Amino acid sequence: MPAMQVSRYWRHFKEKYRLAGTKCKKCGKIHFPPRQVCNECGSREMEEIQLSGKGKVVSWTIVRNPPSGFEYYKPYPLALVELEEGPIVLAQLTDVSEDEIDFGMEVEMVTRRIREFSEDGIILYGYKFRPVLKTSKD
Amino acid sequence: MKRLLKPIKDVGIVGYGAYIPMYRIKDEEIGRVWGANGFPIQEKSVPGIDEDAATIAIEAARNALKRAKINPQEIRAIWTGTESKPYAVKPTSTIVAQAIGATPDLDAADFEFACKAGTEAVQTAIGFVGSRMAKYAMAIGVDTAQGRPGDHLEFTAAAGGAAYIIGEKSDETVAYFEGSYSYVTDTPDFWRRQHEHYPRHGNRFTGEPAYFRHVINAAKGLMEELGYTPNDFDYAVFHQPNVKFPLTAAKILGFPMEKVKPGLLSGIIGNTYAGATLVGISAVLDIAKPGERILWVSFGSGAGSDAFSIVVQDAIEEKRDLAPKTWDYINRKKYIDYALYAKHRRKYII
Ligand SMILES: [Zn+2]
Repeated sequence: MPAMQVSRYWRHFKEKYRLAGTKCKKCGKIHFPPRQVCNECGSREMEEIQLSGKGKVVSWTIVRNPPSGFEYYKPYPLALVELEEGPIVLAQLTDVSEDEIDFGMEVEMVTRRIREFSEDGIILYGYKFRPVLKTSKD
Repeated sequence: MKRLLKPIKDVGIVGYGAYIPMYRIKDEEIGRVWGANGFPIQEKSVPGIDEDAATIAIEAARNALKRAKINPQEIRAIWTGTESKPYAVKPTSTIVAQAIGATPDLDAADFEFACKAGTEAVQTAIGFVGSRMAKYAMAIGVDTAQGRPGDHLEFTAAAGGAAYIIGEKSDETVAYFEGSYSYVTDTPDFWRRQHEHYPRHGNRFTGEPAYFRHVINAAKGLMEELGYTPNDFDYAVFHQPNVKFPLTAAKILGFPMEKVKPGLLSGIIGNTYAGATLVGISAVLDIAKPGERILWVSFGSGAGSDAFSIVVQDAIEEKRDLAPKTWDYINRKKYIDYALYAKHRRKYII
């Protein structure tokens, strides 16, 4: 992977690893990815917030011919997930088979391997979504 | 001469969390491919294609943080014990620290001592917090163990891990440490040279002089130092490379089966190496009552054992439901065949 791409990714670790977004201090709008200027009211007063990682699948597709660095993961689902705080993110789904995915499926964020390059061995980690784990207290 | 390890300030577990990948392969499926029968365990966990020691550690750490209810910025060290680091040189613990929001004001390092690496991290965290160098330290044991295809280790080598946040003993700790003890000798029972893909083992050399000698001496040493007998403990968790070894160790030491079973998971998830006793202890903490005492003994080839005595506190009742329990992960499972298992373990060159 070209060094420039790695450094560009590295600058976004907060959002990629743990879904850190921004909240407008003026109008309260929550953004993901983080923004420096609010796209609702134009304010520059932002604070970093940790998003809950909970959301719903709005739409999805199965990727069968992935770009370089993703080959070993195919086939994999790519989805638009609406976070409970509002923003919609494009991300892979994981720990789920094709026939289990449905509109409105409740998902939660996990940090997984996203992409890797055999030439120099760089591994990129980032957010994916899986079906909400069933727990014994539910 | 005092052999017990005990810090100046009493310390305990502020939060704990486990993680086990959802994929399973049955030993009989591995046996089908290699023409073997008579298996050490039923089935073992297999990491997803996008999982490794770092991602497993991250989810375990997040669960520990949920139970600890602390700001990750207060954690002054994250130490991960593992034999399966994603990078040979880059530390796993920095990836975990970044993912849970603990960077940058902390120490981070990976520990190595075969399957004992996880409890090494716990011992060190006890000292770090017990000396008041730091308020909180996180110790993680995790592995995505691999056996040479067809080798008997392939039937048990599994994936999973658990994380513990250590802090000074208080109303917030779910259990506290009464003391610990370490027992090590130079024993060449199992090793992997640099640049070798799979570990080698000294076959018949592994049982008596390695596992049993160290586990039993560590358990006995700790009990002698604390003045306890097996009757004083409600649970015992031993390193579990299979089901037979920990049960035999329990029998030699005089622990009845029912005190060992709740923390003995290798029959259904396999040997998670550096994660093994940390995951076993998390399963016990998920069900233990305040006041109960737990014996915790790891083993790492090379060889050595760490032994701990912990006493469960009231906070467990309120904190155990704050994150998924060990059995939530054990019950979440999807069986895969050997072909898919080989893909998950990256045996195919594409
Ligand atoms: Zn705004």
